[in-house]
Amino acid sequence: MTVQREIVAAPALPKDLAANPVLSRWVTVHSGGTIDVRVGKVELGQGILTALAQIAAEELGVDLEQVRMPPANTAHGPNEGQTSGSMSIIHSGPAVRAACAQVRARFTAEAARRWDVDPDLVTVRQGLFSCGERAVSYGELAGVVDLDVAADPGGPLTSGDRSVLVGMSAARLDLPDKIAGRPRYIHDLALPGQLSGRVLRPPSPGARLLRVDESRLADLDVRLVRDGSFIGVVGADEAEAMRAVQVLRDATTWEESDSLPDEDDLSAFLRSGPHETIEVLTPEGPEPEGRTIRATYSRPFLAHGSMAPSCGIARWNDDGTLSVWSHSQGIHGLRAAIAQALDMDAERIEVEHAENAGCYGHNGADDAAFDAVLLARDVPGLPVQVQWSRQDELAWSPLASAMTADVRAVVGESGSVSSWRYDVWSQGHTSRPGYLGVPGLLAGAHLERPWSYPAPGDPPAVVGAGTVRNGVPIYDFPDRGVTGHRLLETPIRTSAMRALGAYMNVFAIESFMDELALATGADPLEYRLRHLGDARGRSVLEAAARSAGWGNPAEEGVGLGLGFARYKDKGAYCAVVAEVEAESDIRLRRLTIAVDVGRVVNPDGVRNQIEGGATQAASWTLKERVRFDRRRITSDDWESYPILRFSEAPEVSVEIVETPGTPSLGAGEAAQGPTAAAIANAVAAAIGVRVRDLPLTADAVVAAIEAAED
Amino acid sequence: MTQAFELTVNGRRVRIETHPDTSLLHALRNELGLKGPRFGCGLGLCGACFVQMDGKVVASCDTPMWSAEGRTVVTVEGLEPGEGLHRVQQALLDEQAAQCGFCVSGIIVNAATLLDTNPDADEEAIVEALDRNLCRCGVQRRVVRAVMKARCEGPCHVTPEDAS
Ligand code: FES
Ligand code: FES
Repeated sequence: MTVQREIVAAPALPKDLAANPVLSRWVTVHSGGTIDVRVGKVELGQGILTALAQIAAEELGVDLEQVRMPPANTAHGPNEGQTSGSMSIIHSGPAVRAACAQVRARFTAEAARRWDVDPDLVTVRQGLFSCGERAVSYGELAGVVDLDVAADPGGPLTSGDRSVLVGMSAARLDLPDKIAGRPRYIHDLALPGQLSGRVLRPPSPGARLLRVDESRLADLDVRLVRDGSFIGVVGADEAEAMRAVQVLRDATTWEESDSLPDEDDLSAFLRSGPHETIEVLTPEGPEPEGRTIRATYSRPFLAHGSMAPSCGIARWNDDGTLSVWSHSQGIHGLRAAIAQALDMDAERIEVEHAENAGCYGHNGADDAAFDAVLLARDVPGLPVQVQWSRQDELAWSPLASAMTADVRAVVGESGSVSSWRYDVWSQGHTSRPGYLGVPGLLAGAHLERPWSYPAPGDPPAVVGAGTVRNGVPIYDFPDRGVTGHRLLETPIRTSAMRALGAYMNVFAIESFMDELALATGADPLEYRLRHLGDARGRSVLEAAARSAGWGNPAEEGVGLGLGFARYKDKGAYCAVVAEVEAESDIRLRRLTIAVDVGRVVNPDGVRNQIEGGATQAASWTLKERVRFDRRRITSDDWESYPILRFSEAPEVSVEIVETPGTPSLGAGEAAQGPTAAAIANAVAAAIGVRVRDLPLTADAVVAAIEAAED
Repeated sequence: MTQAFELTVNGRRVRIETHPDTSLLHALRNELGLKGPRFGCGLGLCGACFVQMDGKVVASCDTPMWSAEGRTVVTVEGLEPGEGLHRVQQALLDEQAAQCGFCVSGIIVNAATLLDTNPDADEEAIVEALDRNLCRCGVQRRVVRAVMKARCEGPCHVTPEDAS
């Protein structure tokens, strides 16, 4: 037991704990024994709360069942910023670990004081402190141990207790409710007096509301709310509010204009500036002499396509404060943005997180919350729940940017790369609330006194960048140049979606690695390994290849393809082998994946995240493309924006390659880029034709075959 | 404009007063407080709202109340008449075959209906039935494995090849 002290002496508190040092912000021990652990990270369907509960239980020395994870709240919990970028386990994990270890130490000290023994002699198991015959529980000590104290920077960062909890596939805490069909999502909340709200979005992004024929709503039991071109209804009955919006569509007159680019020439749109030039790696000199190989890749705009359209709830309270419920990824950022938009003091706003369907980035959650705030202003004291339609979700949520990239390499005599040049064009990858100095909430742009919606920006390089995320190849090339070009003017609202630019950059880099291997007569696996010194990377690549039977003779019309990357250059390693059958159609049969995510908190959770990420990426890669004409987005339902179905979902197997002693790395975004490249490389292996522009549909393959024949 | 409708929901006779065009989904959720059927698209295209009506799987978002009069409706909450979970639900839980779980109510109703009518449904039949359900989190294969397990009476021999 004395060992603990030595292990844990560490200089500084984890960042999130240092920023929210008071222990009672994180932990409340109830006299009944339940322990609330509050975190600033939110459940997005990824199982993060279960993983954090496992860590908390381990540090506290209690069973998982004793820990409860209340929803994040701006007034009561720690502020841990966004839940994004696969950073939750990296940021919140150590903070929860240290906070709980310190709580445990304080309880241990109290038990020791009571019994007049050395704290080192007190042990904790299943929530019970004991020393010899004597025992006392967390609940019994709850009243006397003060947690309204700051975490001690010299105190423990972990109890050093390694129970079996972390590293075990604990069942998700939230799934029993969801599988039983119990109320669990923000849509299911029914607060006292709650009303239903619906917004009529403009017919197109540039449209301005000229006239409303209010008489058309006379027969409907709803209240009309209008502010400039923002228009909606509030009523007691949801179905009635839905009918009212239908009526309103015909009762409004709008001025519209064409503002969108040509969907069939996105490359020209992305390349015709103005741009911000992002110099990631500047080559030291001119490219060497030698054989030069080049290629251009692209991907279209993509939609989040969460299964649940966005929803928000707001209530203006009698004391002038505002309560908001949202499935936002960043409740503190949302609070600040609402305060800015309405010119009010953020202290008067409380935002609580409520779960919704899977969230893969900055979707319509914040916008729906702001819609609710605007509609609820007209009915003070009553909560208004705003539910978006599927069509609005697909057409008005922020999109993921289209991108295009040029790659050029010079290869030497041996076929190895002697020089590499990469240029990528994209819109920015974030316009989260408040990020660009403006609220960044959709309805803000439609108000009588509108907020502008500036071109999206990119996160800074320290948090992984956007356009150039994973733009630097992991391979040991002697001479490299990498440049991003972020578009500074655009009518299309884009923001963060799972993996940001990494999906496209890895697709391009890894497709090109295969093209180089083929052009120089090398095996794609051998070619990668030849250029790869990183030992963890090599084991992951080799593991995936081994499991997939790389190198075995393939059936006719079947191809294997490889894709590999280390997410954000310092995150999880992921190698994917895709098996594709390409005859009359492209059939993705199987994805064989190996990952190294550092220390694994919940193995099944990691597998589930990787399987899901890879399956979703297969959907993006094989099927998805946001469609628009010059005026409006036209892909606004599941027929015009098809996604992967059960019959198309590949079998996915995930092998976790562990490197002992390495910190935990997020898993949710590691597989997207490698999956895209693996599929494209497998198609090329199966039919000898390369598709460089996503999505990789049957039409795209036919076009590529025709182009190759020309 | 409201009208009274009588139907049987999860074994109970209920009377709902609403506009005839109100969807069965909204009546179930808002009038009866049954939140299990979820709103995913309102267009009959995703399956999140699936319920059984007279034994068949229907999109409740696409079923106006005027067409539900006198019918027998079973939602995800009512699949297992007693306490506890239907075997499809239990199998999904055992396999942790969900991420956000928003799609699973409709998937469960669909799969349970299939197995209740065809206990020997093979993988192909399961996939074909579930092709009407969308899932954005990518748990399709886990779901198929779970449903195949739910099918087995006694010891089950379906083992996922990547089982931990
Ligand atoms: S909500 Fe009914 S099918 Fe999508
Ligand atoms: S589990 Fe999230 S949509 Fe299926």
